[in-house]
Amino acid sequence: MTPLAGFLLMAALLFAIGLAGALTRRNAILVLIGIELMLNAANLNLIAFWRYGPHPEALTGMMFAIFSIAVAAAEAAVGLGLVIQIHRHAHTTDLDAMNRMKG
Amino acid sequence: MSFAFYAIGALTVAGALAAVLLKNLVHCALALTVAFAGLALLFLELDAQFAGFAQILVYIGAVAILVVFAILLTRGSETPPDGGVYSHTWLVGLTVAAAVFAVLGWAILQTASLLPKASPAPVVTVDEIGKALMGRYVLPLEIVAMLLTAALIGAVIVAMHEKEEAR
Repeated sequence: MTPLAGFLLMAALLFAIGLAGALTRRNAILVLIGIELMLNAANLNLIAFWRYGPHPEALTGMMFAIFSIAVAAAEAAVGLGLVIQIHRHAHTTDLDAMNRMKG
Repeated sequence: MSFAFYAIGALTVAGALAAVLLKNLVHCALALTVAFAGLALLFLELDAQFAGFAQILVYIGAVAILVVFAILLTRGSETPPDGGVYSHTWLVGLTVAAAVFAVLGWAILQTASLLPKASPAPVVTVDEIGKALMGRYVLPLEIVAMLLTAALIGAVIVAMHEKEEAR
């Protein structure tokens, strides 16, 4: 197995773990944690393809990963802010209990 | 594949599994930090020093702290009254995740012989990254700056107490 295939399999496993967490947990914060894991798996793919790709000196994959890290940080801030606001409003972070769009 | 890859990979996967499986939310956040640290080590293993340290600064330094803050601010809601931390549709979610992993793993293993072999480590200095950010990637950099400003203001406004309504 080439090193790239190992890193890609690792990223696929992390993505599946994050997806399983996001789809099966009831707590909204745990769903956000799952989404963060999925974003990180994508970053690992980008860096691995940058490292073993034909033109690493062009820095394309590295730049993608750095911008992706920045966007993920923004997503985490807004997502957790929303969770705190929902908790203040509905006194729960249980997603099974949040089944109405009206407050 | 080196021993370091397997060791760091096992640490990362164990951290990720613990983060989505543990019952106590604070333990989940700590396990998530372990997974982030493992990913940063994997980036260093891939000779991407800048991305590795950015990962440590942003994820361990900021996102993990933010998650802990959110968990502590929503204290009292972490254990649902009827027990059980998993949604009642957990079987569907698990099936979907397993199917996604099976498809991705199958695709990777099918094309493994076509993937590029090990190559000498690229020498990338922070100087070059800075020049690329200020040259070829200056427009995405400005857009990310705008996005981060908007997210900062938006997160504060969303999470702010609505004092007028409370009175």
